[in-house]
Amino acid sequence: MKYIDEFRDREKAAALVKEIEALVAEIPMAKERPIHIMEVCGGHTHSIFRYGIEGMLPEVIELVHGPGCPVCVLPMGRVDDCVAIAERPGVIFTTFGDAMRVPGSKKSLMQAKADGADIRMVYSPMDALEIARKNPEREVVFFGLGFETTMPSTALTILQAEHEGIANFSVFCNHITIVPMLKAILESPDLNIDAFIGPGHVSMVIGTAPYDFIASFYKKPMVVSGFEPLDVLQSIWMVLKQIKEGRAEIENQYARVVPDDGNSAAQDAVEKVYELRDFFEWRGLGSIDHSGVKLREGYAHCDAELKFALPNLQVADPAACQCGAVLKGVIKPWQCALFGTACTPETPLGALMVSSEGSCAAYYQYGGVKAQAGAA
Amino acid sequence: MCLGIPGRIVKIDDDAKRLATVDVGGVKRQVNIACIVSEDHPVESCVGDWVLVHVGFAMSRIDEKEAAETLKILTELGEAQAEIEAMRLSATEVGRVAS
Repeated sequence: MKYIDEFRDREKAAALVKEIEALVAEIPMAKERPIHIMEVCGGHTHSIFRYGIEGMLPEVIELVHGPGCPVCVLPMGRVDDCVAIAERPGVIFTTFGDAMRVPGSKKSLMQAKADGADIRMVYSPMDALEIARKNPEREVVFFGLGFETTMPSTALTILQAEHEGIANFSVFCNHITIVPMLKAILESPDLNIDAFIGPGHVSMVIGTAPYDFIASFYKKPMVVSGFEPLDVLQSIWMVLKQIKEGRAEIENQYARVVPDDGNSAAQDAVEKVYELRDFFEWRGLGSIDHSGVKLREGYAHCDAELKFALPNLQVADPAACQCGAVLKGVIKPWQCALFGTACTPETPLGALMVSSEGSCAAYYQYGGVKAQAGAA
Repeated sequence: MCLGIPGRIVKIDDDAKRLATVDVGGVKRQVNIACIVSEDHPVESCVGDWVLVHVGFAMSRIDEKEAAETLKILTELGEAQAEIEAMRLSATEVGRVAS
């Protein structure tokens, strides 16, 4: 229980853990097998590890760290495309810093920068647009990355570029959407998940209605959760209560930030600028139908995919990588043969080792509480 | 980039472009506020708002207590420092003359 000491509200956390224990004792299933709860969002994963939440929970609860980190699911082929764009003469390639170390088949953006490409880490697509304003003779490309949380910001930036008639700005759009990914997980033959902790900031944009099918069709409970350790504990309690009562509903624990309808201005911008792709490739999960967006035809002049001839190759993940099995909760990170040996945060092979929100990097950095106990 | 960071709107810079100056942990930076503006909450009423900022866009209005608690957690996660560092670095990149 040493981790609880770090909590501001240590009594509240201890009380919640007690209530979780009491609930679990009343769930018959828990006497036969572990209860698997997947937190979809990488932010939750980070929080769970930082505060040692898994170690506070009854043994029978197993948290599965899902694929909700956009950096972690970026396929190698797309990184190769980024490098190809960035290495063209006259291009300034702008990206969030998170994407710099993701391995491509030959090099990462970090290595391409070291080799001389003009690659700049920006905090915001607005900054990329400002670089385009200041460098009218250069082609400035922004690497659009992320789920629905960052999708509106890229859309609003494109609309602004359009409004000002900035012709040397384009977006390499790799935005992905959460619902088809959840559907793919739920349809997966090796599905091993009893309930979901839903993403907070994606839901802040899209609202909670898009998840209804998870409860109505797949009969799995989901609780949209905040990121504070108490939020996560409370959300775990809420899904367990649903399991105990035989309910499957979409509940919102994070109503202080997530309105049930989401953010309509953000939704409007997204609707205006993007359309669904037929399919999109996810590292570790393969191709998922309708899981990514591209720019609508009206914004073709801002679309880097059309502006530059891209290799656009599908590149298989390294054969020994088991990112997909980890993402789906089939194996734990340390059960992958590469974990901590060939694949480390300094030299990541699989994407789950790249970002602090990836489950492998989180295990590596903080140590899986139960894993360490098992190894000792 | 996914967790965002709380800040407080201190000044409207450009009403039409929905741009405002936001104080994020003592660092001032320009933020797009289009997503928190509505008929019920016009641009001029945004000064003083606490907002959750994602990659330079205010995505949600929050109360002061929520802002303080979120900032504390983000600091413990190391995310707040990373966000502020990314803002600083980005400002340098915007100012850098193309080679």
